[in-house]
Parts: sequence; C-alpha cells; structure tokens
Amino acid sequence: MEVPVSWLREYCDPALDSDQLSERLTMTGTKAERVFRWGPPSAEKYVVGRVLTADRHPNADRLKVCTVDVGDAQASTIVCGAPNVAGGQTVAVARPGAQLADGRVLEAAKLRGILSEGMILAEDELALGQDHTGTMVLADGVAPGTALGEVLPLGDDVIEFEITPNRPDCLSIYGIAREAHAATGAALAAPPWADDPLAGADGDAGGVRISVDCPDLCPRFTARVFEGVTLGPSPIWLRARLLAAGMRPISNVVDITNYAMLLTGQPLHAFDLDKVAGGRLTIRRARAGESLETLDGQTRELDPEMVVIEDGDGPTSIAAIMGGARSEVGESTTRVLLEAANWNGANIQRSALRLGLRSEASARFEKGLSPGQTAEAMAVATKLLIELAGASVLPGTIDVGGPGLPPAAIELRPQHVNELLGSDIAPSRCRGILAALEFAVDGDDERLLVTPPHFRARDVTRPVDLIEEVARIDGLDRLPATLPPRNGATGRLTHAQGLTRRLEDALGARGLSEIAGWSFTDPAILDRLRLAADDPMRNVVAIENPLSQSLSIMRPTLLSSLLDAAKLNLARGAQALQIFESASVYRAAASLADEHHGLGILLVGDSRASWRSREIACSDFYAAKALLEAVMAVAGVAFTLKREERAFLHPGRAASIHVDGTRLGIIGELHPQVAASWELPQTAVWLLNLDALAPLAPQTVTYASFGSFPALREDLAIVVAAERPAAEVIATVRAAAGPELESVELFDVFTGDQVGPGRVSLALHLEFRAGDRTLTAQEVADRRQAIAKALASNVGGELRA
Amino acid sequence: MSASDRISEVQDEAVAAIEAADDPEALERLRIQYLGRKAELPQLLRTIPQLEPAERAAIGAAGNAARGQIERALELKEADLAAGEIAADDAIDVSLPGAPSLPVGHVHLITQTRRDIEDVFLGLGFQVAEGPEVELVEYTFDALNTDVTHPSRARTDTFYIDDDTVLRVHTSPVQVRAMIAQPPPIYVIAPGRVYRPDNDATHTPQFHQVEGLAVDEGVTLADLKGTLLAFARAIFGPDRDVLLRPHFFPFTEPSVEVDVSCFNCDAGYMRDGSRCPLCKGSGWLEVLGAGMVDPNVFDYVREYGYDPDKVTGFAFGMGVERIAMLRHGVPDLRLYFDGDLRFLRQFGAR
Ligand SMILES: [Zn+2]
Repeated sequence: MEVPVSWLREYCDPALDSDQLSERLTMTGTKAERVFRWGPPSAEKYVVGRVLTADRHPNADRLKVCTVDVGDAQASTIVCGAPNVAGGQTVAVARPGAQLADGRVLEAAKLRGILSEGMILAEDELALGQDHTGTMVLADGVAPGTALGEVLPLGDDVIEFEITPNRPDCLSIYGIAREAHAATGAALAAPPWADDPLAGADGDAGGVRISVDCPDLCPRFTARVFEGVTLGPSPIWLRARLLAAGMRPISNVVDITNYAMLLTGQPLHAFDLDKVAGGRLTIRRARAGESLETLDGQTRELDPEMVVIEDGDGPTSIAAIMGGARSEVGESTTRVLLEAANWNGANIQRSALRLGLRSEASARFEKGLSPGQTAEAMAVATKLLIELAGASVLPGTIDVGGPGLPPAAIELRPQHVNELLGSDIAPSRCRGILAALEFAVDGDDERLLVTPPHFRARDVTRPVDLIEEVARIDGLDRLPATLPPRNGATGRLTHAQGLTRRLEDALGARGLSEIAGWSFTDPAILDRLRLAADDPMRNVVAIENPLSQSLSIMRPTLLSSLLDAAKLNLARGAQALQIFESASVYRAAASLADEHHGLGILLVGDSRASWRSREIACSDFYAAKALLEAVMAVAGVAFTLKREERAFLHPGRAASIHVDGTRLGIIGELHPQVAASWELPQTAVWLLNLDALAPLAPQTVTYASFGSFPALREDLAIVVAAERPAAEVIATVRAAAGPELESVELFDVFTGDQVGPGRVSLALHLEFRAGDRTLTAQEVADRRQAIAKALASNVGGELRA
Repeated sequence: MSASDRISEVQDEAVAAIEAADDPEALERLRIQYLGRKAELPQLLRTIPQLEPAERAAIGAAGNAARGQIERALELKEADLAAGEIAADDAIDVSLPGAPSLPVGHVHLITQTRRDIEDVFLGLGFQVAEGPEVELVEYTFDALNTDVTHPSRARTDTFYIDDDTVLRVHTSPVQVRAMIAQPPPIYVIAPGRVYRPDNDATHTPQFHQVEGLAVDEGVTLADLKGTLLAFARAIFGPDRDVLLRPHFFPFTEPSVEVDVSCFNCDAGYMRDGSRCPLCKGSGWLEVLGAGMVDPNVFDYVREYGYDPDKVTGFAFGMGVERIAMLRHGVPDLRLYFDGDLRFLRQFGAR
C-alpha cells in the first residue's frame, strides 16, 4: 500500500516528519517498507510562466525559442521541444537551480547554440501524468512568477506499507490515518464519507433491478445510478494523488472509483447503464462449462464456485475479479450504474488463483472486507461524481444484503492483559487505546465490554485479539525482558542427538568435510545406480508439484548428493575428496514416509600420504572401512561385515554392516559403471542408518579394571587358504586362546613363494593377561598349542615357526 | 715462586686455554700440554715424595685439586663441543610441512550454526525435538490455525506428496507432535530441514529452521522478549539488543517480528561514516518471527492437557541459513547446498 503523505495528513497530521511517522507506524504494526519522494524533491525554482513569443529555432526544426515572463523584470529565453507551445500560454517553468524529479539539478545550458534559461514542463516531468508530448498549459489568470506549488501539487513523500492479511481495513488512506491517530494521538478528521449527498434520500434508483442468487458468496451488493455524466480527464490534483499512490489515471469516472477505493479500501465498479441490457444485474454462480471473454480479450473457463454478474444479455463480468468489455464506461457514457459490493474473501481468492487473474480489487476482496465499507465508498464516489463529472445522482440506493449483524461485545479483563504480556498497563490505558482504535468500550475496570468497529469485526473476536491491540499501541519496547518460569525444564540432548554430533565430529576430526546436499533428486538416478526393477530403493517419495523433473523425488539414499558433490568438485579441479553427509533419507510408506537419519561418506581420488612418503592413500574399501571402524569405536559398538552385493557397488568389494544382528548399512567401492556415470575414478562409500545404530550404542560407559599383572605378548604367523576371511581366522584364535587373551591385532598380510600358491600368511600380535596372577611362559605356550590345533581343524590353517 | 703458587698459575692458565678452545683437536692438544706425561703438573706431582714431609701434604693436595679442575674443564668443554656438533649435523628445514599431514575436516556451516543455536536453548532449559519432514497437512496447517484458504497452503507455496501429505514448510508440526506427546510444562526447540517452492539467491527450496515453544503457567510476552534477548546475545554478541515489532501470524496472537541490533555497525553507520551494508543503515537485522501461542492452537491439543485458560505459551521461528549468512557474510544461500568444498572449507577451522 503506497500512501502519499500529503493525502494522509488531510485526515491525520501528527507533528512528525515522514520518516518519523513511518517509524512510529512500523512500531505499532503497520510496517513501513520504505519512504520515497514522488515528483520534484523541492518546490523551489518552480514558477508559473507566461509565454510571450515562441519562434522556430534557427538551427533546429523541432525546437522553438520562447521568451517567457517568469515574473522578473526581463523575460527568460527558454528553448522548448514541445510542438504545442505558443505565445499567450500560461505554463509551468523550472528555472535554473530547480531539482528535477530524477534528482538532477537544472542548469542554464546552450541548446543548438542558444542559451536556455530553464525548462517549460510537460505533465510527466512533474509526475502529474504520463503525457510527455506537449507542454502542460495552465489556466490563465495566475501572475507570472507565482510559485508553482501554489497552483499545482508539486511532489510528495510516499510511504510504502506492508499490510498484513488480517488488516484489509489498512489498505486505505483513511485506515492508515486511523492507525496514525491511535499511534501518535494526533487528531483524526471526520471520515470522507461523513457527508453523503444522498444520505436518507428514498427512491428506486431509476428502476434498476439487482438480484443476488448466491448471498453466501455475495453478502452485500449496493448500487446507485448517475445521470448527465460527462466523461473526461480528472483534475490535476486527483491525477497527482492516484499517480503518487501507484495508479494510472484513465478518465474521471474510473479515476473516481479508484480514488474512492484508495481512500476507503472498498473497490467499486462503474457500468455504462445504457449498455446494461434490460437495466438489470443478476449475481449468480457460473454454470459448469460456462466461459466468458474478459476485458483483456481472453476466454476464461468458469466453474460453479465462481461468481458472475450478468445482465439481460448474459454474463458481463467475473465478480470482484475482472469486468467485461460490454458494459465498460467510455466516451459516450452519460448514465452510470455504480456498484460497491461485498464478496466472500476465500471464494474470491480461490477463483482468482484458478483463473490466474489478480487485480487491485480482487487482492482486497480476498482478504475479506467489511460489508459496512460499501456505503462508505459509495458516499465518497457519489460526492466526486457530482463535483467532477457533472453527474446528478438519482434518489435511492439499491442495497441487497445490508450491513450484516453488528459485531458482538468482547469481555476483557485488564488484568488478563498484563498476565499475558508481563506488562503493567493500567485499565484506563487499555480503555484509551481501544477507544482511539474506534472500539466501543463499556464496563468497569475489572471487566471491560469492548465492541469492535465494523471494519475490525473479522479479525478481533476474542480477548486475546484485544490484548494484541493494547500491546502494539502501548509499545512493545516498554515490555521488560524476563525469562519464563521453566517449571520442570531440563535442557539436554537425547542419546541419539548426542551420538549424531559425536559421529559427525569424529569424521570431521579425521579430515572429512560435511556437505549438505539437496533432499530432492532426479528419478533418473535410480537407473544410474543400476537398481533392479524390484529394488526397494525404487520405492521413492515423489513430489506432486516439483520445481523440476530433476528435483522431483526425495532421495532414497545419501549417495545422490554425495555423488553429485564429488562430481562437481572433481570437475572444478579437486584431485581427491573425503566428504560425508548427515541427513534424512526417504522411502515411500503407507502413511507419510519411511524416513531415517543417515550418515554416509564418500572417498574418491588418490593422494600421497605426505611429502616424505611414497605411500599413496587410495580411496578404496579399506580406507572407507578404517573410517567405519573409527566411527563405530566412537559409538562404542563392535560391528561385523558380511559380503553382500548391491547393484551400485563393486560386486567383489561390498558388504553389509551389522551390529548385534541388526543390519545398519552398507560399505563398498562403487561399481565401475556407477562411478563412470558420475565421471569418478575409484570411489569408496559407506552408508549407515543412525536411527538404527543409536539404540545399540551404549549410553554410559562403566569402569572396567585393566589389571595390575604384566601382559605376555606372543606373535603368530598363520598360513591359510587365500580365500579364507581373516575374520574367521581371528575368531578361531580368540576362541582357542582362552579367557586370558586380552587383544588380537592383525599387523601383516603377505603372499608369495614362502607361503605357497593360493595361500596367505596372516601375522597376529596377541596379548595375554590374567587378572589374578602373572602368567607363565608355559601357560602361553599351552595356549599357542591349543590355537594351532583349532586353526588346523577349523580353518585349515597352520602356524609358521 | 713457591710450588703452590706455580700450581695455581698452571691451573688458571690451563682452564683459560681450555675454555678458549674451539674444536676437539685443540682440546686434545691442551690435554697433552697440561696433563700429558711430560707436562709440568704431572711431573711436579711425581716429585712430591721427594719433598719435605712438612710440605708434602699441602703441595700434594693443591696439585691434585688443580688436576681435578683441569680435567673437569676438559670434560665440560668436550661436552660443549660435542653438543654443538649434534646440533649442526642434525639440523632440519623447519619450514617444511608437518608429516604425515592431517587434513582438517569440518561439519557444515549449517550444522555448526544449528548446533550453536541449539546449545543456547539447551542452556536455557529447552529440549531438542525432532519430527518427520514428510508431514501431514493436518499438523502442518490445520493444527496451527492456518485456514484452509490460507495462501501458504496453495501448491504454489507448498510441496505436496498427496492431498493429505506435504513436505513440511516449517518445523511447527514438530511442536504439535511434542504437545501431543507431553503435557505442559513444555520447553522445546525444533530444528530441522523445511521446504518451500522458491529458488533464488535468498530463497532455496530447502532450508533449515529452528522453532521454539514454551508452554507453562504464566508464560508472558515479556518472557519471550527475555528469551530472545538471551539468544541474540549468545549468537551475535553480548552488546546486542532486540526490537519487537507487532506483526501477524495465524498461529500466534499477539505476533511479533524480532530485530536484533546490528553487530556490524554503530546504529546503521560504519566507522568511515558510510551506511552499513549488512543492515542497510537501519541498525537492525530482521532475524525471526514469534508470538504468544494462539488459543486456537491450544484448542487443537486441548485433550493432551493444553487448556488455554490454565497455560500460556510463546513460540518463535528462525532460519539457520539467514543467521549463518548474517554472521559470515554468505552472499547466496545456494552456496550452502552446492557442495563446493572451496566454499565449505572456509568454515572448517573456527
Ligand atoms: Zn549495520
């Protein structure tokens, strides 16, 4: 809502400049987005001039050299490009030093060799119209040299307000004036509809008939009839206000409807009554399949939730949204049927959305106006049509539906105000604030009976709504800053939340960068991941109204964003990458979605371990597994891997991750085809379900004695078949080594001539310790024997000396 | 010159020469010069038995002491020279990088910021609640007093999975779920990912919110102000102030928008007198929306113990991306989700 400040000050004129006023209104809930200047920044150096002579410029066909009396002893020479400039005209002149609307300062300058001491102005140069084709000719009888500001509105401050959807009453100059009154205490002038020229006059409004078939969608429809209307341009002051408020002047009749709308908040519509077939209007729901050609020449398909206005020849307009060409006012119009109606806001909103048509009027109606506003706008427009369009109004106002029930009184305990706000506002202050907002206040200090004005009946229905009114006008800056009682409050993270943080930090501490990818992905990734038709990962959550096809499903795996990020960074020059993501993944479910919090890593690219090492850190299965071991150690759980093939993983280098018999995720190197699809070299990943892991991770750690007797160390070299998993060998060793085995560490793996073809040697480092004695060498030697026996019988292994 | 004077003279001369020696060879020559078989002091010591018994003890003691002093001086100097040689032989280029290198990883800037916010409210006694991102229309809108005709429900403003299911547009449904799960008093924040169909430099179709809810007996708007003041100071610095401006939200009444005083300037202006680019010269940063829980919201969960005549509450919501943007000067929100490590790594070491 753009409010020309001079217009606002006509109704409420606080002793504040435009910036201060906008700040005060912002602090009381009418938020000023910006304050800007419309038209010239200052009226200085703008004067009325009289053209004495206007002759052709000797050096330019299209320019004229004028002598202009600007009130000085000597006339000024002004070069002018307007074709209509002529001697004898009274014109608007900007003299050297004037600040133009675009901010420039006018200077005397030579134009094609002749010094021009100013500018003869066109309408648009004063922001009084769009006309740039010719000089604006003023009425005669004003002395040359008179300040132009005395004759014309010369520039204005405009405040642009953001009006919240609950306050359509503030989409009006007078509505803002009411707020300014309540917020500043400055007097509020009588409303512009106070002196309705037709007040109380009975009549049949020229016999025009209106019927409303759908009162639920059209609670009130009012109309008046005007005769002897002379269509023409509006006076400058009216055009200046419309332009400053952001509306285009069209003709006096249309401008008056717009002016009344801006002033009162209620849209109006003017019909050419001679073009209303049968002199009657019917307001009804559209019929299924009905269509209508609107003003913009388009044919609109209607449905029975939409409301049309029809005359004797059929529908002429879509109610509250767009008028029809058939009964539009034009140059030949002499009789006007003026309509001000109230519509069901939700219905208008839906219709406007369905039709893709939004107008200044529908934007107001869809917020739900008060039926009382129709009479206000009608009174303002009636007065102006009589004054500015030479119209006479026929007696009688058609009013179908009436103003509706008066708002009910609301009981408000002033004590309740302070209980909810934590404030100390006196009952008298509550009364004063509510009264300033035009609420009727009755009752005593214990219990106020408050009746909202008609224009607030929709948004103020409960005590809490009244408390908000008191709070915002009293000033939220006056509230103390206290803390809530916090009965029974304990601020702590849950075990799962704490674990998630620890695991994220563990990966960060090991050099991985966390990414936050898109939850959305492209359904094409399902094929790129080589998923079979029946793969459960294809059971995705699809968005009905996605931004694009490539963002149309919710990712069923973190791989989508990890792979996209890897591709992007490699394309932008990265050599190697270690990234992780900690976020939700989604699968379709009977209700909502099957969501879990996933933790996934991706390693790609090779890098030297350091400048002094030839060793290469590669992004392979074992590199990923080392990070899995770190994370699981931080979680405090022991895990096992089981070989498992997944379509997107290398078939020989993939496994599922298990803790206590629960499958928690997968680990592996990317299938070469999948890697190629994202243009990646060897890439390793793992994906964990943290929701499943959290309950398996210990919440607390209890002290365990580590014993005071010395450990005995024993190294074993075990030769087994190469395909025998090391984990089985270690499990066999553990089982046979007895309770004193404290730890097993695999420290070397080698193959070659010494161990024979198809065989592998695993070197293990064992530590034995007893809690109650020092172990003897003999005891450990016995264990070694037992281990050798178990290896031979269980895994076909032998101990090397 | 007496024998004892000569002994002390030899000792002084030897110690001085040893201290002046600057390589092991010189030191070895001095050892032979002063303690070798033919040197003066050993020769003198060898003549002691021939001395008068009265002199023998004194000269013997002085001579042995002198030899001891010279030997110690030789030892010390030898160690000195040896130490110098270690340093010289084993010098390294201290300017080479550490090895093996330990890459600095990090959690995402959004994660860091979200945790910072969580920690403030944990300290104030709030718990962290979570809920699904694919959420019921009912919990997303109906339970929050959002009218069926409210534009935020339109398919232009909300991603739909089906007519009853949406991608949550805010984390408010988590608050509804928390109230269904727990009677008052309740103090929770709901951080999480939310979705709206916008895509430009200041709006991404996914972003993160932290919403908060406090319901208890006697919770006031002043309590909301104090809570958000504590938050603003913890996140933006101890000198921050908050400004509550009246606003409108369907789920709160009264509703406010909350500005935090700009940490980048002095009342809108920089030291050099130019307008602050962060707050555009206003001195205030729009940070969050808040208000007192609307009684209609309590009506929805009344059966779970939320009687609007007995309890009151406040709620607030803020964007994590916006707070990170303000704190770190991030110009385009899409940078958060691109995954470009040249952006993400900037916030690795804090
Ligand atoms: Zn600033």
